[in-house]
Amino acid sequence: MEHQATFDRVIGIIKPFVKNTDNLATASEETRLLEDLGVNSARLVDIVLAFEDEFDIAIDDESADRVQTLGDAVAVIQEKLQ
Amino acid sequence: MARRVVVTGLGVLAPNGHGLTEFESALREGRSGIRFYPKLAELKFGCQVGGAPQGVEEIKERYFSEEQRFSMKSTVIAFGAIAAVDCWRDAGFDVPESTSEEPDFDTGAIIGTGVAGIDLMCGFAGPMIDGGRTRRMGSTIVEQVMCSGVSARIGGLLGLGGQVSTNSSACTTGTEAIVEAYWQIQAGRAKRMLAGGAEGDSHYTWGSFDAMRVLAANRNQEPERASRPMSASASGFVPGSGAGMLMLESLESALERGARIYAEVLGGQVNSGGQRQGGSMTAPNPLGVQRCIRGALDAAGIRGEEVDAINGHLTATIADPREIASWQAALEVSPKRFPPINSTKSLIGHTLGAAGGIECVASVLELDRGFVHGSLNCEDLHPELEPYRDSIHGETIELEPRIVAKASFGFGDVNGCVIFGKWDSQHNNFDKE
Repeated sequence: MEHQATFDRVIGIIKPFVKNTDNLATASEETRLLEDLGVNSARLVDIVLAFEDEFDIAIDDESADRVQTLGDAVAVIQEKLQ
Repeated sequence: MARRVVVTGLGVLAPNGHGLTEFESALREGRSGIRFYPKLAELKFGCQVGGAPQGVEEIKERYFSEEQRFSMKSTVIAFGAIAAVDCWRDAGFDVPESTSEEPDFDTGAIIGTGVAGIDLMCGFAGPMIDGGRTRRMGSTIVEQVMCSGVSARIGGLLGLGGQVSTNSSACTTGTEAIVEAYWQIQAGRAKRMLAGGAEGDSHYTWGSFDAMRVLAANRNQEPERASRPMSASASGFVPGSGAGMLMLESLESALERGARIYAEVLGGQVNSGGQRQGGSMTAPNPLGVQRCIRGALDAAGIRGEEVDAINGHLTATIADPREIASWQAALEVSPKRFPPINSTKSLIGHTLGAAGGIECVASVLELDRGFVHGSLNCEDLHPELEPYRDSIHGETIELEPRIVAKASFGFGDVNGCVIFGKWDSQHNNFDKE
């Protein structure tokens, strides 16, 4: 899958968990989920479950722990898709 | 010196109305919130009627962001949060939009519940866990099923920095929360406390009571006539759900910020009958009840004959006549001098942990607006209540009560009573003490 297409789908998936919605409009690969988007840290679990459902992949705990920025999320998803 | 405590905000989400305007008109007009639920018939319940707030999903969308709603699937949390936001705004505050500001360290919350998030636990988490899908449940179960889930959620929504806690004492819960909060402010430990109760809408809760054969099971075809407190044909209570909250505040703080004052909390008491002398897990010791009411009167510094109206516990079981006998003994007035007494449960059913909260909202509205709402379905008055016939009204009466007493009693033989006084700025000089 195209990198940009994955990024766009990630944005769509995390949107319901974002408190700082203003920062979502200008989000980049470097945007951090917790610090920049105001995602509650407990919700990372729910976001990873949503990635699994949306992309039909399995994400192990170690890979999930790597997800800190939007770029990390795209990388993990693309890795699991291969 | 004990601080005086007043009510500066109200919030209610009841089976017969959301918000003060709707709820007040439902009380005045005797509008029932009891409905037939086909699901309960499918599940072979004896009692297939109940009371639940209407239009809640739509209210949630208006009140809360998608991010907030994600962890608001348990109805006790949603009901509590809605009533709390209403109460907060009614008290003159804005719901903070940002979480980066300092919390309101002067305000706390005691929001009780009877059974917490049983709907989510039984309907979702249980099957997921038993099905080996624990790791697919997501992160929101604990915060929604923990007993303090409702107060925790409200504390976060409003940014409360005082004590934020959930109490639980079965059907006394809401009233106990209000008495506890009153004590905290009286002692100077808080300026303001949001206090009340919430109970979720769950057939798992209702089923547990149905199994005890304590629910009304013989009026499934006429739901609005099913809740019959004080009647000869009372055959058990009708289960309900919802939330009711009061903003309690020190008089000093209320005057300082020019808050609207609905009523003064004159006194309160909670106790237990110890499950002795006829009291049990499920029945009150009458002496415990009487001591509780007397304790509240003493705290308020008033005599029983000064009580102008009573909002009873009155659930529509065999305990109703005994409750009224206890009121009479505690107030030390003859049946002829007994004040008007009503049952909000005749309109909305028994909302369990929320009952004290919702019924205190009703009591304060009665004081503030000058009425005593009627009780439905007691045309066939219980024969033991014949001496009190003149105090029991099927329809709302116009009356300007100066003092309203509210009591709740719960499983575990626990009791709570609170005395509200009419607020009249002309006759309530701050220097009175």
